[in-house]
Amino acid sequence: MAIISRGFRGRAREGGGKLPPGQYLTDDFPVLSAGPTPRVDTDRWEFTVETESGQAHRWSWAELLALPYETPTVDIHCVTKWSKLGTTWRGVSLDVLLEDVESAADYALVHSYGGYTTNLPLEDLLDGKAWIAYRYEGEEITPAHGGPARLLVPHLYFWKSAKWVRGIRLLDEDWPGFWETAGYHDYGDPWREQRYQDD
Amino acid sequence: MTAPAQDGYQDGNALAGPLGELFAVDLTVAECRCAGCGLAGPVASLRLYGPAPGLVARCPGCEEVVLRLVRGPGSAWLDLRGAVTLRIPLGSEDAF
Repeated sequence: MAIISRGFRGRAREGGGKLPPGQYLTDDFPVLSAGPTPRVDTDRWEFTVETESGQAHRWSWAELLALPYETPTVDIHCVTKWSKLGTTWRGVSLDVLLEDVESAADYALVHSYGGYTTNLPLEDLLDGKAWIAYRYEGEEITPAHGGPARLLVPHLYFWKSAKWVRGIRLLDEDWPGFWETAGYHDYGDPWREQRYQDD
Repeated sequence: MTAPAQDGYQDGNALAGPLGELFAVDLTVAECRCAGCGLAGPVASLRLYGPAPGLVARCPGCEEVVLRLVRGPGSAWLDLRGAVTLRIPLGSEDAF
């Protein structure tokens, strides 16, 4: 009599292959804080892009909202090992904001209300990979989650998606940001598990 | 958004364990002077945010960062740029 075995297929992979190594799924949206939460009134909110030659481009809140927006649905991965799949945002692509900015810079230093900074190669902000997001799951982004507007760069660990974003400096040289100067990886690719320096 | 706003912080006494891994003396009783506003007080009086992605201790006077500590799997990174000095109580017999 033949013994029919379904075979050993191993444990079903959590997240259906959408989970980078070392991460676990969460349905919550944890809040990690390195300081007091800035409360930024949209009446005085502005976003600036400053080029390597010192030329500044500015957008008020009303000007940001008047720009064409996208509603990306993306997975986000925190370096503290939680991942959240299928989050939906509304925001303006950096491709739109940087369209008329003349620059030959290779790097960007993002800065926020409250003093936070984070760095990344400029190319990681382009080609549909990054947004200035101002709505999350159909609602305004709360201050605890970076509202009124935060950077959204979901292909990198979420510390790169700076809350309370205020502006971007375009630089010829890489300039490490807040966590990048304190042991965290300069680039932060979750799929290569680039958590700390030398990872 | 499911998480409530969490603007909370602990006092710097909570640094005793993480700093105790690095230093032989209890640095939470050391007096630090903030590089931002000059306020001096014990490390224990700092406002401590974290622990993840790292510990961030801020001045209770001006909220500037005084100390940061990140504990990785094989290393710790300690940033004291925000402290002008640390005055560390020691026994008097070794004075010179």
